[in-house]
Amino acid sequence: MTLAQQHWTRPHLLTLEQLSVQEITALLDTAQALKEVSTRSIKKVPALRGKVVVNLFFEDSTRTRTSFRLAAQRLSADVVDFAVSTSSVSKGETLADTARNIEAMGVDAIVIRHRSSGTPEVLSRQVSCSVINAGDGAHEHPTQGLLDVFTIQESLRKTGRKISDIHAAIVGDIIHSRVARSNLWALTKLGAKVTLVGPSTMCPKSMEKLGVSVSHDLDAVLPHVDVVNMLRVQFERLTSAAFPSVREYHHFFGLTAARLARCKPDVLVLHPGPMNRGLEISSAVADGPKSAILRQVSNGLAVRMAVLYLCVGAAATQNAE
Amino acid sequence: MKPLMNAAQIDKALNNISDQILANLLAESADISKLALVGIRRRGEILASRLSDRLSPQLKFKPPVGALDITLYRDDAMRAPLTIPLGTEMNFRLDDRPVILVDDVLFTGRSVRAALDAMVDFGRPQFIRLAVLFDRMGREYPIAADFVGERVNVDRHSVIVVELKPMDALDRVVIKPNAKKERATS
Repeated sequence: MTLAQQHWTRPHLLTLEQLSVQEITALLDTAQALKEVSTRSIKKVPALRGKVVVNLFFEDSTRTRTSFRLAAQRLSADVVDFAVSTSSVSKGETLADTARNIEAMGVDAIVIRHRSSGTPEVLSRQVSCSVINAGDGAHEHPTQGLLDVFTIQESLRKTGRKISDIHAAIVGDIIHSRVARSNLWALTKLGAKVTLVGPSTMCPKSMEKLGVSVSHDLDAVLPHVDVVNMLRVQFERLTSAAFPSVREYHHFFGLTAARLARCKPDVLVLHPGPMNRGLEISSAVADGPKSAILRQVSNGLAVRMAVLYLCVGAAATQNAE
Repeated sequence: MKPLMNAAQIDKALNNISDQILANLLAESADISKLALVGIRRRGEILASRLSDRLSPQLKFKPPVGALDITLYRDDAMRAPLTIPLGTEMNFRLDDRPVILVDDVLFTGRSVRAALDAMVDFGRPQFIRLAVLFDRMGREYPIAADFVGERVNVDRHSVIVVELKPMDALDRVVIKPNAKKERATS
């Protein structure tokens, strides 16, 4: 009926693919409401007072883990960083045992990052607390997808446009990118037109089955898009020669000032970070007026607060019934 | 169904409340130039804005109006159904200000308790007074309103609905009897 009647019932956030348009909208609306908290002199609300959130990161991450940590703290939850490398995991304990042990300490949410796709989903069936996916393999990174869409929505508001009015390009190593997949789901569900751009080794035509276009020619795509999301070249995931050289990649797929000049005047440039400056994006673009890269980071905090509030809240209300 | 208050009665009640606020501020020798109104979203926000309009001719300035979302401060926030927060809009600090907190209905007192907690995060006001359009009695917390438009003892299973333009089609206060498992909103 009205905004106040919207409700959220999911205790876990595992993928954006499984969410309805209403659920994505509820998350974005909540993030919008929570963003204000970070502008106060007292940056804290009591919503998750007495709740415990555990960061369980099996892959390196500084910004996502810090962002989740700050988000939980701004909601007054207690946060524990579970250091996998120094834990019993390195002594051979299974994931399920680790998770159940953590849960037995009275935990309300586990924020997990893992190199294997589907790990959060498996975990969610083995524990009764909330499970939040902070990135699983090449599958999804739901909070990154949400914060990207949130940032786009925020910049569109000035011109009265909606996500459904835009055409977005996601550029780079699509095949290895969970960021690309989460973006793709969020954008297409909200009605945006999406084009994936990259070398054929990293951006196969078969991705068109997901309801998007695929191009291997960045220069042909740029003049038509409202948003360019430049993915990081993930050297740690590239096994064989996906592209001949760094110089060649930059030549064909790097977003330079010259390329930016051929974009629409109000184009928005995104990058999930960390950036390889001079490779997929040049410094002039990354630090320029079209770049929303630092806004993405600020918005990430609001989005993660929204995810924690809604998922932990849903788990608590369901356990109370 | 006859409304508990119609548009003319709401109008009169707001005039009455605004007169009481002025008299009270003078009696308290408060710094009137720092007066601010804070409405609990969403109907309290509309009422606060209307009171600010009414007060401005006598005050010779328009007191600022904040919109407070108490969702994250409620004592039942983690109970079903989980509500999507609306967001707070407070573009000024509350430090050293006389503040009028405004809500549509005063019932259990739980919303006001949450609002007081929320307001403290925006500074330390000189004092806070409470203005409500409709006091239906039935308090569960030790809270009382300073300025009241209408006071009626309503059966606790009934729901009082305040409708205000522009959010609703017209201004009125109606009673909906015997709603099952109603969620106390005030």
